[in-house]
Amino acid sequence: MARIFAYILHKAGVADDSAAELISAARAIDPSAPLTAIVTGFGADLDVVCSGLRASYAEIWKISNEVLAYPNAELIRQALVKILPAGCVVLAAHEHFGIDLAPGLSIKTNASFVSDVIAIEGIEDSHLKLVRQEFGGQVSAHVRCDIASGVVITIRPGAFKQVENAAVNGIVVDKSSEIGALTARRRYLETIVAEAGDVDITKHNVLVSVGRGIQEKDNIGIAKELAEALGAAVSCSRPVVDAKWLEKSRQVGSSGKTVKPKVYLACGISGSFQHLAGLKGNPFIIAINKNPKAPIFQVADVGIVDDILEFLPELTTKVQEARGVSVK
Amino acid sequence: MEILVCARRVPDTSENDIQLNSAGNDIERDDLVYSINESDNYAVEEALQIAAKFGGSVTVATVGGEDDEEILRREMAMGANHGVLISDDAFAGSDGRGIATVLAAFVRKGRYDLILTGVQADDGAAQVGGMLAAMLDYPFASLVNSIEILDGNKLKVGREIAGGNREISEIDLPCVLSIQTGINEPRYVGMRGIRQVASIPIPTPSAAELGIDPATVGEMAARVKRIDYFVPALGKGAEMLSGSREENIDKVVNLIAAKGGLK
Repeated sequence: MARIFAYILHKAGVADDSAAELISAARAIDPSAPLTAIVTGFGADLDVVCSGLRASYAEIWKISNEVLAYPNAELIRQALVKILPAGCVVLAAHEHFGIDLAPGLSIKTNASFVSDVIAIEGIEDSHLKLVRQEFGGQVSAHVRCDIASGVVITIRPGAFKQVENAAVNGIVVDKSSEIGALTARRRYLETIVAEAGDVDITKHNVLVSVGRGIQEKDNIGIAKELAEALGAAVSCSRPVVDAKWLEKSRQVGSSGKTVKPKVYLACGISGSFQHLAGLKGNPFIIAINKNPKAPIFQVADVGIVDDILEFLPELTTKVQEARGVSVK
Repeated sequence: MEILVCARRVPDTSENDIQLNSAGNDIERDDLVYSINESDNYAVEEALQIAAKFGGSVTVATVGGEDDEEILRREMAMGANHGVLISDDAFAGSDGRGIATVLAAFVRKGRYDLILTGVQADDGAAQVGGMLAAMLDYPFASLVNSIEILDGNKLKVGREIAGGNREISEIDLPCVLSIQTGINEPRYVGMRGIRQVASIPIPTPSAAELGIDPATVGEMAARVKRIDYFVPALGKGAEMLSGSREENIDKVVNLIAAKGGLK
């Protein structure tokens, strides 16, 4: 069996959660395959990450270079192409860095490529069987991938559960001298931190969250009225921000805010994994959607198939009545 | 600035419930509404805005068949100068690498300063842009949500990273960028606009014309193949309320109160 390599994301000396999830993914491919972590970076943080990984990875390849202090996919790809053996399996997390790195890496190493994998069923005659989702999670697909000349796979964060592994006393191998000169035609300048909005949706216990089903900007008021009646805040999913109906600071999801409400009213939200990635703390999810097949109904606690444009105003009235009574 | 946008026609998930066909090997395609992939449309709008400010032309290309011509007409109605339908039976069944191979051959026949794709197709894998860049040996940036032209040789681009933050980089031209939704506000296209471009010829270069070895594309060359579709069962599933609207609303109010939401 080919060797498996896991590219490790890290920040401030701490490996990302995906470092443990990639171990689970590697086991699903072939539990007996040798697994090596690859960590790139520079300085003391890099050494801290590498030694931290010794408990879970048998071998860690460290690549230290000043120009890798910030993870630039173009430079890291050049480094990986120099050191990866032919025909190997490369795993990376499917997030903004993996999306940048992985497709081009597969071309430069002449490997196959499968992205955003949520399950791995194993190998049959040099083909790997995996599961991906399409159409915003409405359907899943089994995919068969020829791995004879290697494969690059990005793994959906959270899809592979971290498992307790027997402690290994891994070794760190310094590969820094093998990567040669790196040249960037894309140069990192700065990170612009998201602007705070007028409302901090991360501080609310109840969120009235709207998605594409709200249909137009003028209908946002329906959600605002309900939120006001509940003493809640209005949040939203990505299409609402893309359409400029609400500001970015109200977006829940991997590219927006991470929220921990007690109650989450998902109104006309289909429930893509990017959106659900922003929902933490196991809130009670009430989903209202016209489409009975919307993926949100798989993760919600309570679901209602209805038109939010009619349902929400009536709900607002009921909430006002209920509060009116309780106040008296 | 000569800009190429690579686009695709996909089933519109905002208009359709995606269902499986009876064999389970494909989705039910008979009554689907198709449209241009959403992020591809943002890419075209971005290209048009750049061309309007800095001159040059916008070409929209897709790999497909006759049915796919409609998205080219639509984008031409938005203002794209040229539409190209790269079409050959040899391309059928291509995986992402095959499509990138076709597009790379097309790019090499022309001269483009900037190549845009959408971040990801609804039934895709966010792969073609990065593959195309690697094949052409151009620099690449994914998830781009802002573009600023610095001079004729480089751009300043913003990428969408976690938590709504943005990563700003400088990138040399020519380059490939995958464009994220929300980068701009795509202009509206009416039926009248589409009629006005209905008679403009759309070239349909073939594998032979682009010098593509048919063995490198299509079903036979595909290393990644979809075997079947199935409907996922992710969670335990919601308790579906099936009462009248009034009953459902009463229940929701009680639930919100029970979970501490009416304090």
